[in-house]
Amino acid sequence: METKAEVVKSANPDMAELRINMGPQHPATHGVFRMVLGLDGERIISVEPHIGYLHRGSEKLSEGENFQQITTLFDRLDYVSNFNNEWVYVRVVEKAMEIELPERAEYIRVILAELNRIASHFLFYGTYGLDTGAMNPSMVGFRERERIQEVFEAVSGARMMHNYFRVGGVKEDLPDGFVPAVGNLLDHLKRGYDDARDTLTESEIFIERTADIGKLSAEETLDYGVTGPILRAAGVDYDIRKADPYSIYPELDFQIPLGSHGDCYDRYMVRMLEIEQSIRIVEQAISRLPDGPIQSKVPRIMRPPEGDFYVHGENPRGDLGVYLVSKGGTVRPYRLKIRGPSFSNLMALSSMLENVYLADATVILGSLDIVLGEVDR
Amino acid sequence: MTLTSFLTIIAIVFVMFNTALVGVLAVIYAERKVLARLQQRIGPSRTGPWGILQTMADAVKLVLKEDVRPAESDKVVFYLAPLVIFTPIFMLWAVLPLDSTKVLSDIDLGLLYVAAILGLSVVGMVLAGWSSNSKYAMLGSARSAAQLISYELPLILSALGVGLLAQLYSDTPFNLSEIVRAQLSIPFIFVMPLGFVLFMIGALAETARIPFDIPHADEEIVGGAFVEYSGIRWGTFQLAEYTGLITMSVLASILFLGGWNGPFSEKLTWLQPLYLMSKTGFIILLTFWIRAPLPRLRIDQLMAFAWKVIIPISFLNLIIISSALFTGKQLGISDDVVKGIIALLSIISLLLVTYFIGRRRRKRLNNYRARWGSN
Repeated sequence: METKAEVVKSANPDMAELRINMGPQHPATHGVFRMVLGLDGERIISVEPHIGYLHRGSEKLSEGENFQQITTLFDRLDYVSNFNNEWVYVRVVEKAMEIELPERAEYIRVILAELNRIASHFLFYGTYGLDTGAMNPSMVGFRERERIQEVFEAVSGARMMHNYFRVGGVKEDLPDGFVPAVGNLLDHLKRGYDDARDTLTESEIFIERTADIGKLSAEETLDYGVTGPILRAAGVDYDIRKADPYSIYPELDFQIPLGSHGDCYDRYMVRMLEIEQSIRIVEQAISRLPDGPIQSKVPRIMRPPEGDFYVHGENPRGDLGVYLVSKGGTVRPYRLKIRGPSFSNLMALSSMLENVYLADATVILGSLDIVLGEVDR
Repeated sequence: MTLTSFLTIIAIVFVMFNTALVGVLAVIYAERKVLARLQQRIGPSRTGPWGILQTMADAVKLVLKEDVRPAESDKVVFYLAPLVIFTPIFMLWAVLPLDSTKVLSDIDLGLLYVAAILGLSVVGMVLAGWSSNSKYAMLGSARSAAQLISYELPLILSALGVGLLAQLYSDTPFNLSEIVRAQLSIPFIFVMPLGFVLFMIGALAETARIPFDIPHADEEIVGGAFVEYSGIRWGTFQLAEYTGLITMSVLASILFLGGWNGPFSEKLTWLQPLYLMSKTGFIILLTFWIRAPLPRLRIDQLMAFAWKVIIPISFLNLIIISSALFTGKQLGISDDVVKGIIALLSIISLLLVTYFIGRRRRKRLNNYRARWGSN
């Protein structure tokens, strides 16, 4: 039986290491992530991440569902950016079956996905505030996210698990008054963004806590396969919406915010500036929203042809890819592989946690903005 | 000591203890309500009118909860620690003058007593952290010890400044009642604003409130030294915490805001406790206000701030006061002029310090703005 605080000798015999277990139940691990930290006083000298506490076997489950049913599994991957997940999945089936989309459906998808990106980043803003010990940001973040979710509920009937994107279009047309509601929402979001900037972005303590903490150079991010805001915070200009454009993104005018130092503050800033850009995208899309059908003609029972298909999209957390292997003529995928951004981003954690303070561990982990639903799948 | 005087003291302690309990309930309710308003929430609203019974309900729940002790903890120390934390904080109330007559023990070295007793509660923190046999608790108590010891210095040094200043008025300048009487004409906050700011920073750190709540740090060490406690023992820690907040605020109002002094307080003595209460309430409100938006410092930043910034300035504050008093005495300048000189120097140094810290802040902010200038 374990008795007094266990002190073990590390590889360096002069250094006694205090091993503490952070997670899976811990307020700052964003779910059920677990780290075993070796501490020397307040400094972290070793870290051993453990994942898998939220494993639900999404990939294997997909092999037992037909193509319309799998969307629900993708809702539950990264459960704070559901529309973006659904979108990547329906795109891979559309690619396999060579389905063309009506224009209105593309616009609806872009609007909802970008709103979801804003919601996700506001959630990050709130939880990151909590990670650094501030209380107000969580209220601002959740308040703004709630506004967005009200719109989502009006559109899809659900606040989070929408199951709204369908192969070849969307489930049903937008509700009455959607356009003015989004206009109103965007006004609120702009004000919320200003609130957010006032409380955290220019707080000296916040800058002291995040600047030059958890640095990742551009080379390291590429080596680890890190994508999304963390990659762009390191100065690598890679956003799938620009690098490998899909849907109507080439027609829209927006910029990709880039950092230079690759530290926690830059990651935070990249996400905050992405909120601005997403608001711009939604404004443009909503002003050009065309009339017309929302669903193209698709067979009731989908049997994609034989072959391998890969599609990826820019999620709030990075590059979500879906690799579909179809044997042809079957109603279920033979194999569905998900490349989750949170999982790849999390791999860079151990190198960042070396020789930092214990308090920095939560700040660095928070800056990765992982969602365990996607890490463990 | 006769039996009657002994019983009187017991009765007074009983009354004070219950006042403290009710005060803590009120402060917790106020904190939840004020914080909620600052964050555009409603706060407790369901239990009783405006939710005023919410804290009461929480306390009842804590009392009824199972009293869990970790299997490998040190039983005696584990059960003792909450009391060891609470007792010294409550002991401070013995010397705090609540009005011109009501003070439990009007000792001449009240200020010294406060300084001595303040240091004791850290023992309880260490005991709690060590005895629970949890690494989180141990880290929390180590952080507590480091922080409380570091910030005691500026706290006591600035309180010492008050004692020095009170020399002008009284032969027993460390007597808290005398300190309050000395502020009849002008509260010391106007004479030594620098000292007040230092004292408030020290008090915030001493009561471990945001941005100095590193010993608890919910997101890092999940509550620190109290992490293994549950039920009413955990409640005792909370009680100690908030009693500490009230005590510190009372102390700040006694030392700097003129305690029970106020308009007509000489004639209408029943006003005196009200004045003290409202001043205390103001300072407590200030801590809520500070708590809402600010993130938490890291332990090394906190220590650097204490030893590199706050403690040198505390000495500067002390030097200003003592040298002005000394030269004033040598040259036979009148007390009011001396006070004016101290006020002038104090304000100038406060402005200078704020300017230099602010300049550093602006520089750093501009650096980060420049990083993001292109976007």
